[in-house]
Amino acid sequence: MSSFSITEPSNRTKWFAGTLVIAYALITMIPLVWIGLTGFKSPADAISYPPKYIIGSDSEAGFQPTLEGYVNLFTTRTRQTEEFLANNPPENWADEIVRQYDMVIVGPSKFGERFLNSVIIGFGSTFLSVFLGTLAAYAFSRFKIPLADDLLFFILSTRMMPPIAVAIPIFLMYRNLGLSDTHLGMILLYTAVNISLAVWLLKGFIDEIPREYEEAALIDGYTRFQAFYKVVLPQAATGIASTAIFCLIFAWNEYAFAVLLTTANAQTAPPFIPTIIGIGGLDWPAIAAGVTIFVLPVMIFTILLRKHLLRGITFGAVRK
Amino acid sequence: MSDKTADRVAAATPTHVARKIRGLSDRAIAWIFVAPTIFLLLAVNIFPLIWTVRLSFTDYKANRINREPEWIGLRNYERILTDSDIWLNMQATAHFLFWTIFFQVLIGFTLAWLINKKFKGNDLWTTIIVLPMMLSPAVVGNFWKFLYQPQIGLFNYIIAFFTGKDPSSFEMLGSVDLAPWSIVIVDTWMWTPFVMLICLAGLRSIPDYIYEAAEIDRASKLRQFFTITIPMVLPFLMLAVLFRGIENFKMFDLVVQLTGGGPGSTTELTSINLKREAFEKWRTGYASAYAIILFVTVFGLASIYVKALNKVKER
Repeated sequence: MSSFSITEPSNRTKWFAGTLVIAYALITMIPLVWIGLTGFKSPADAISYPPKYIIGSDSEAGFQPTLEGYVNLFTTRTRQTEEFLANNPPENWADEIVRQYDMVIVGPSKFGERFLNSVIIGFGSTFLSVFLGTLAAYAFSRFKIPLADDLLFFILSTRMMPPIAVAIPIFLMYRNLGLSDTHLGMILLYTAVNISLAVWLLKGFIDEIPREYEEAALIDGYTRFQAFYKVVLPQAATGIASTAIFCLIFAWNEYAFAVLLTTANAQTAPPFIPTIIGIGGLDWPAIAAGVTIFVLPVMIFTILLRKHLLRGITFGAVRK
Repeated sequence: MSDKTADRVAAATPTHVARKIRGLSDRAIAWIFVAPTIFLLLAVNIFPLIWTVRLSFTDYKANRINREPEWIGLRNYERILTDSDIWLNMQATAHFLFWTIFFQVLIGFTLAWLINKKFKGNDLWTTIIVLPMMLSPAVVGNFWKFLYQPQIGLFNYIIAFFTGKDPSSFEMLGSVDLAPWSIVIVDTWMWTPFVMLICLAGLRSIPDYIYEAAEIDRASKLRQFFTITIPMVLPFLMLAVLFRGIENFKMFDLVVQLTGGGPGSTTELTSINLKREAFEKWRTGYASAYAIILFVTVFGLASIYVKALNKVKER
């Protein structure tokens, strides 16, 4: 827009708007920053009042950063006799941190496993929903399919079911099929939930690619399949990537199905994090550490890919 | 071109003939492409839905596998619709729905309007504002529970700091009066950005020439706002409300982590209640009927709303 436009806001308006938006952004960040800080506190500092927020300061509002929360998150520990502690010097820095509570590290905690489950199920279901979604979206976009509009609406309306309502029969079905608490079961379920959005978004992206490209390819002797993966797919790559991110974020964040349908083997991180218990109650620094590790990838993703992501959110909502 | 004849033959062949020669017809490909998606949705969405309907007419209990379920007709539905506790859950859900949507629309639209003033760096700040909605609702509920802790929580500290109240004089999650608001606050914190983004898309879709024309006609800024901005953004805003409405009607993960439905059942939204019936009391048949009632309610309300939305769009 040229600076001569009469609709361009004045500098004073811009400054005013900017200040308010930045103020909101900073306030909205407080909870996240606080969780980040809590991960580096000792359990005593985490629940002190008034809150401590200055890193490394000796003042009343200061705390000494420690990796205790992270050590507690990744390990299981037991209390030991003084004799044992005296005879066995700490093996490494993590052990040393634990020693101040007369404890020793006896093994890894379940967090690593649960995190890995989140990765496997997240990427597995994302791949499947984008793969199937692209095929279906292409078909809906390019071919005459009887009742196409009804089918599309039907696909989308499946998202209106409350997850708990869907979970009742799925629970029974999975129990009969032996899919309860398995990676495959969760991948299929998340794919089914995600695929409606994937088809919806991808159809929009593919609709934007001119048909002439494929028609030219068909005339050049390509088969439909070849035209699809040599011409359409590369053109739709950005759309496919941003759809994939949405599917991944959903599967990564999902809780209701995970808590009802998994117990151990295939449990993902969201139902696991709140169950982290320390000595005498919830171990808030360890929980904060778990939350930090879990949400950080999503935040980094969002910031790096903001252009596609923000477009995707509104695009998915505003079409139709 | 090395082989002009081949090109000419290819160009002259009608496309439908050419496609038939090269293997699969378009029709076959269309079905091959759509079939897996339809199959998956039938298996994981539709089949279970039909099963739920069937179960809803029985007294089946999923924790007693060997007991033959009995067919009890509409009795589950009858019991749910006459149960006063369920109406309390519905009221809690309505309170949650109304106030979250109210605050999210108010704050979301204001933010979008400010961001649309195109100040320097608005792109980056928009991204930062959007971060909460990208996180896992269950995890968000979990760490807000920490912020809401009585006496030690940051939330109480900040409120006490600005109002001079005693920070241990109120409990956000523990008191019957405040708990319904505590979930509204967290949901608003998390989902205002969504409404903001959609409003922003709406604001950006208004072509400049409309404002230019209004400016030439000497319409005041206030008048422009009410006669151009608001009506043009309204369809977008209504769409955002639809999405948030459906999502919050289904609300489970965030609230279950924050309050678990408590204290008592003050924040027991319908989904949380449903989970109790289905997976704690194991009244599977009863819960199925409940699920069907909820689904029909959302679907019905959403359909009426979409009709209204389309009317607004046509204007």
